[in-house]
Amino acid sequence: MRSGAAAAVATAVLAATAIAAEIPLADRKSGYDFMGRETRAMQDDDTANPGMLWVLDGEALWKRKDGAAGKSCADCHGDAQTSMKGVAARYPAFNAARGRPIDLEQRINMCRTDQQQSTPLPFESKDLLALAAYVGRQSHGMPIAIADDERTKPFLQAGRAMFDQRQGQLNLSCAQCHDDNWGQKLAGAPIPQGQATGYPLYRLEWQALGSLQRRLRNCLVGMRAQSYTFGAPEYVDLELFLMWRARGMPVETPAVRP
Amino acid sequence: MMNDHDMLQATRRRFLIDTAVLAGAAGIGLSLATGPASATPASMRTAIRKVVGEASVKKGRLKIDLPPLIENGNAVALTVTAESPMTADNHVKAIHVFTEKNPQPNVISVQLGPRAGQAMFSTRIRLADSQKVIAIAQMSDGSFWSDEIEVIVTLAACLEGV
Amino acid sequence: MARALINVPAKAKRGEVIEIKTLISHNMETGFRPDNTGKPVPRDIITEFVCKYNGEEIFRAELFPAISANPFLTFFTIATESGTLNFEWTGDNGFSASESANITVE
Repeated sequence: MRSGAAAAVATAVLAATAIAAEIPLADRKSGYDFMGRETRAMQDDDTANPGMLWVLDGEALWKRKDGAAGKSCADCHGDAQTSMKGVAARYPAFNAARGRPIDLEQRINMCRTDQQQSTPLPFESKDLLALAAYVGRQSHGMPIAIADDERTKPFLQAGRAMFDQRQGQLNLSCAQCHDDNWGQKLAGAPIPQGQATGYPLYRLEWQALGSLQRRLRNCLVGMRAQSYTFGAPEYVDLELFLMWRARGMPVETPAVRP
Repeated sequence: MMNDHDMLQATRRRFLIDTAVLAGAAGIGLSLATGPASATPASMRTAIRKVVGEASVKKGRLKIDLPPLIENGNAVALTVTAESPMTADNHVKAIHVFTEKNPQPNVISVQLGPRAGQAMFSTRIRLADSQKVIAIAQMSDGSFWSDEIEVIVTLAACLEGV
Repeated sequence: MARALINVPAKAKRGEVIEIKTLISHNMETGFRPDNTGKPVPRDIITEFVCKYNGEEIFRAELFPAISANPFLTFFTIATESGTLNFEWTGDNGFSASESANITVE
């Protein structure tokens, strides 16, 4: 994020901002709508979309036996096209064992440790991203459907609070750019709404596939705010809020973004 | 490490956009003077001469397609199309693409022939800066044709730190 | 492991000009990017791509560091006969990958 210009925008436009206004449901737009024609074409064509290479890897990993239990994902879950349909669309979800919501990557790792008796995959590792991309792909086109779960309410609130609070050296909140000023230009590029519809996604800037947490870390660093280690509850709370904020929007995994 | 990378990138972008706004903001001491020597129009001409020799290059019969607004210089969609019947007697033998300001002038060279049916290819390229991109087609009759396009890149590609 | 995605029409009419799309996973390390210490990370790219149609070369490309990571290449060929298209990528540090696709030409 172009921090210097952001400071200029923040000062000039948002001097009298009270509480950030949520985007009305009907006005929500995916980052896809803010991209150029060529980048959209890259996402739409499965042979052109580099994220599909990770989906291919994930498909192979799904069938690979691992851990002391010598089991593959397929051994318990069968054909992912059936068993994983709609799953990514409702993550992060509450996990009773953990007593809090977890995201898809954490859920995959729970399976690895608890069911496969194997080691968890490191966050942002190629294998974990590949599995998340493969599972995410099975929800492609389906509406994001975060459950209305009483148990997740406090975590959803925490995520929302993080989205709304000013933070960092620039004293900016996510909401100020992504709720209040989406569509306006920041250093030549349009500010998207920050709808988390296509993760994990291929970011041209990374030249690789990455998770929502990686993207959030980019934002926080850009805002000169405190970032967290991958897997931190703060990230999962914010992920939960962002997915809830994007409820009803179609899953685009694996998306492509500039 | 990812943190450092993002911070290096953020620092470079701010530098490019508005140095005045940076006053007071903490930053990493990134020297923009370090890094590889850039290609120059001269080194691009040398690279072109390697392909073309002393033959004259005429403008035309070739079209470069690049997005008018480049969102990210790391992956820019490039399509090059040449006008040619692509018959055994009259076809495009090769197309070469060059840039003016990337660290290295060559981008891609493709070999075609009458079996192509159509003299067109697409790929994705890295563009380090706003600059000129030149394509040269070599025809079966030995003639050379070119197209040239000027592009604006808002984010650098090859020159970022780790 | 290098993964590749190929798009070739399964069927075509004899004489039809068909588009072939290829995508392969590869970082295409340019050799110009400095690491944490400021030293350039050594170049590691795919340098060559060749497509053969029933053994005959129909397309060849020489790639340079300016080609983006996960190289994407599309090109055309005349569907002459049924058979197999072979795709080969080679590059620095002994990189080598190959894929194939069948086509039915009627």
